[in-house]
Amino acid sequence: MTTAVRSSSVELRDIHVSFGTLEVLRGVDLSVASGRTTCVIGPSGSGKSTLLRCVNRLQEPDSGDLLLDGTSVIHSNPDALRQRVGMVFQHFNLFGHRSVLDNIVLPLRSVKRLSKEEATAIAHARLAEVGLQDKAPYRPSALSGGQQQRVAIARALAMDPEVMLFDEATSALDPELVKGVLNLMAGLASRGLTLIVVTHEMGFARSVADEVAFMDAGRIVEQGSPDQIFDNPRSPRLQQFLSQVL
Amino acid sequence: MDQFLDTFLNWDYIWQVFPDLLKTGLVNTLILAGVSAIIGTVLGMVLAVMGLSQKVWLRWPARVYTDIFRGLPAILTILVIGQGLGTLARPLVGHNPYPLGITALSLIAAAYIGEIFRAGIQSVEKGQLEASRALGMTYTKAMLLVVIPQGVRRVLPALVNQFIALVKDSTLVYFLGFLTSQRELFRIGQDLAANTGNLSPLVAAGAVYLVITVPLTHLVNYIDKRLQAGRKVRADPGDSDLSLVNTERVSL
Repeated sequence: MTTAVRSSSVELRDIHVSFGTLEVLRGVDLSVASGRTTCVIGPSGSGKSTLLRCVNRLQEPDSGDLLLDGTSVIHSNPDALRQRVGMVFQHFNLFGHRSVLDNIVLPLRSVKRLSKEEATAIAHARLAEVGLQDKAPYRPSALSGGQQQRVAIARALAMDPEVMLFDEATSALDPELVKGVLNLMAGLASRGLTLIVVTHEMGFARSVADEVAFMDAGRIVEQGSPDQIFDNPRSPRLQQFLSQVL
Repeated sequence: MDQFLDTFLNWDYIWQVFPDLLKTGLVNTLILAGVSAIIGTVLGMVLAVMGLSQKVWLRWPARVYTDIFRGLPAILTILVIGQGLGTLARPLVGHNPYPLGITALSLIAAAYIGEIFRAGIQSVEKGQLEASRALGMTYTKAMLLVVIPQGVRRVLPALVNQFIALVKDSTLVYFLGFLTSQRELFRIGQDLAANTGNLSPLVAAGAVYLVITVPLTHLVNYIDKRLQAGRKVRADPGDSDLSLVNTERVSL
């Protein structure tokens, strides 16, 4: 876990997204400095995941701007953007027809065009980092949820992203498996990778995040350091939310 | 009773028809069904991908094609293509209806196989495409390397069932009037049955059909079992998946 990482800042400016008549994001600004970790919290349906998906343009915003490392990438090639921004999903989304090793090798070969030897070497190294080198030959379905999510993280990291997005990465895990994945994410944060983490794990947000953003009804209602957000919430909506989840 | 048995189990006729059944009939049936299966699979994959496209001008033709060829009786399609296109295709194939029979069977098979593939591809969780795209793959790469291989795998039993149907449907080219050397199993059985007024040659032909189709049926069951059990602990043999992808790549 000591490899030097190249990380980038992320800035979202006045992002709007509607699904039909439903306004999911109503003008969101969020900026995350290079190497910092921002946790996004808030009730279901508040637009957290949609916001996160705007950062790698899996969701194209209706309007607004997206800057990576200070440069607008809202109109650039999305595939090039996604090579710089890794994402981890709630349901892991490992490729079921491929071995654990091939899950990492496949994108390295097909996207980064690495040779089989290079890609395999990287894949083994990344699996070792998440403590799963001995699972390389297995199908993902042979692994526990926590192990699968660690493979998914290794797969995203293998692409050498400058930013990592986590979309409720522990929400589908059995309680006893959550900690291993959270520890891994905390490790990435301490390595200086830029992280944007949508989470319901308030303990994680408090201890790992540099900044916490609280979303409700398509807007960021309150934003600040974990201490500010959790100990001195100003808006009634956040106070109400915290009283329910803490 | 003897009389009754004799009409469909006359061993003399059965022995008489058997050499032709194996030397000519079996070969032709396998060619008709096999070539149609290959063309139908390739064309079916194209139809499936078109049918799933976001673009209306791709989706619509696939829809219309499928509706027509699935909606018509196979015999009608075979006659219309075999005889109707016969005049058109004469410079290409002469008076030989054999390629036209294969064409007709292929076009029909493509409509059914396209629907099978479409269902399979659609059954793959949306997250698979999303994860691929999030890793920087283009839509085409994500479909070829991740979504289609998984979708096809799920419908392999249905695909083999379609091949069985194709073996049986290959009898219908009978109506196009092939040369003696082009006759498939049914036609050979039927010809001798008509000459002798005895059904035994058809029974013999039926036996040969079963030799082809029954193993295929068991192949379906075997694949089904493998699909349910095999996804547990098994190392990936590596490039076996690519062979599937490569055949599809030709079609895209």
